[in-house]
Amino acid sequence: MSDAAYPAAAAAPPRSAAPRGRLLDGPAGLAPTRRLSGKRIMIYGGLLIFSAYYLLPLWVMVMTSLKGMPEIRMGNIFAPPVEITFEPWVKAWSSACTGLNCDGLSRGFWNSVAIVIPATILSIAVAAVNGYALVNWRFKGSEVFFTILIFGAFIPYQVMIYPIVIILREIGLMGSVWGLVLVHVVFGMPIITLLFRNYFSSLPPELFKAARVDGAGFWGIFLRVLVPMSLPIFTVAVILQVTGIWNDFLFGVIYTRPESYPMTVQLNNIVNSVQGVREYNVNMAATLLTGLVPLTIYFLSGKLFVRGIAAGAVKG
Amino acid sequence: MAQALRADPRSELDGVSVSIRDLSLSYGAVEVLGDLNLDVNDGEFLVLLGASGCGKSTLLNCIAGLQPATEGQIFISGKNVTWAEPSERGIGMVFQSYALYPQMTVEGNLSFGLKNARVPKGEIARRIARAASTLQLEPLLKRKPAALSGGQRQRVAIGRALVRDVDVFLFDEPLSNLDAKLRAELRVELKRLHQSLGNTMIYVTHDQIEAMTLADRIAIMRGGKIQQLATPDDIYRRPANLYVAGFIGSPPMNLLPGRLEGNIFHGPLVADVTGYDFTTRPRGAEAVLGIRPEHVRTGEAAAALPIQAQALVEVVEPMGADTLVWTRLGDTPFRVRLDGEDRVRAGQVLSIGFDPASLSLFDAATETRI
Repeated sequence: MSDAAYPAAAAAPPRSAAPRGRLLDGPAGLAPTRRLSGKRIMIYGGLLIFSAYYLLPLWVMVMTSLKGMPEIRMGNIFAPPVEITFEPWVKAWSSACTGLNCDGLSRGFWNSVAIVIPATILSIAVAAVNGYALVNWRFKGSEVFFTILIFGAFIPYQVMIYPIVIILREIGLMGSVWGLVLVHVVFGMPIITLLFRNYFSSLPPELFKAARVDGAGFWGIFLRVLVPMSLPIFTVAVILQVTGIWNDFLFGVIYTRPESYPMTVQLNNIVNSVQGVREYNVNMAATLLTGLVPLTIYFLSGKLFVRGIAAGAVKG
Repeated sequence: MAQALRADPRSELDGVSVSIRDLSLSYGAVEVLGDLNLDVNDGEFLVLLGASGCGKSTLLNCIAGLQPATEGQIFISGKNVTWAEPSERGIGMVFQSYALYPQMTVEGNLSFGLKNARVPKGEIARRIARAASTLQLEPLLKRKPAALSGGQRQRVAIGRALVRDVDVFLFDEPLSNLDAKLRAELRVELKRLHQSLGNTMIYVTHDQIEAMTLADRIAIMRGGKIQQLATPDDIYRRPANLYVAGFIGSPPMNLLPGRLEGNIFHGPLVADVTGYDFTTRPRGAEAVLGIRPEHVRTGEAAAALPIQAQALVEVVEPMGADTLVWTRLGDTPFRVRLDGEDRVRAGQVLSIGFDPASLSLFDAATETRI
């Protein structure tokens, strides 16, 4: 073996050992950013114009709902009220007439609550179990089953309106709040199942395997392992279902009777009832009241949503 | 006599912890495991080793009952568990991704399986305390998995298997998600655990260092079949076929194609292999000669050995403790592993030599050892 050392390997001392000063004047460290460049003014200006465009109708609605009728007749729809009155809001809630009865939106509100709560809970409960079974307990034909379920999301509602009328009549739920709940549960199924299926299939399959080795069964794994780590997707499902069902008009007007009309249908009847003067302030207040629920949901769950994602982001 | 043994399968399973009989698994036309037979002895540490997609994890899932087999039987502790649920098989399992329940504390993770099995509370507490002290988990019991480091998480996952008080532990690449330093630490910890518990352990890995260091026996798998089942030493010294020879060892064995005429090998070098321990007489003359880079001697040490050659050095890779030298014998690349103290330069001609006893010879057609 040749033991000849490589020459000149250890001659020069290491170059970067001692601290050294700046070499020349010139750029060093973090590059400066200009706070107000022309580009930024364009961006912020554009954003301001667009937000004004979208906020203006809301502004008009809120202002009009706070004015009395004499002030509205003077025009100036953009002007704030000279004299603020909450009378239209009270009237819209409790005494506006829909032709048959004069108890305002309150009846529709409570009907909607009675529809939204069970429909949301039922549809999410069933769809979550569907999604879980489709991911973790594959059975023969489960893919076909899933395809058919998803296909349901693409069939236009209009095609199914009359068959559903017949079905509801035959099972005796036509016109009742529960009939409408059933319709919403069925129609929410494809999209919410898809949502849960995708979420559950994104979880590590080892988690499911570990729970099986630990002796948990179908429901044990679902309720004690998967559901506790699914807060974000439950939040998303609740937002989708509550706002979707609350805003529904078509099914509400078809499958219920006047005494069980949901809030959207009630709103339409108030706004469109032609008896004497059109009370723009009451109409505006009624519209705002109806929109308040989805709006609140967005605000509240938005926070919960972020927290939910943070809680679900644990890689176990 | 053989007839009598068949009549009572239990006596056949004496001292055997896990027995796999004619196991097959196919997805439609794709065969993942084919007619697999394997006996794991009581208290043995068996490693299933292979490249990804060789079926080693699938085999482990079959043993665990997470993957139903298409054909064949599985016995664990003398019981036929082919159709049994994973929780009824008397196994504990540790996964690569830890698979801890993120919403439960460490204590909750450990007790989940016991609660499902309706073990009394006092017994649960006793077993958790024992597992926690074995694995140094006591200070972590109230924490959630998110608040643990990777090594701690994997110790909790091992603890979850430990509290089940089972005969057989299954490990599915448990160290692959850890960094190199932690992997080495936990590897020793696992070996210590096996020595103190004496349970049967079946361990899946693609890392041959883990396999060599941990295993009592290694099963090298490829394409759903076991290529060789032997002790680490045997697998290293006497690989059963070309695949095993090329798979084990880093860098792998040098494989030189050539012809075997009598005891003389004609290839990139001519070698008299008298002294080689033939297992069978070669059928054809086409053969492959295998020699591990670390069994090649150079310089004066080479001169004393029966097989000698001259090799041109192409690339030198110093790695501290040893130096890997890429040379060429004729047209065939040839790796030599030298001591870190030896000095070699590219372009130099190296005299090399090796002993027939450290060779492996393979039939070129069947690729098996001769």
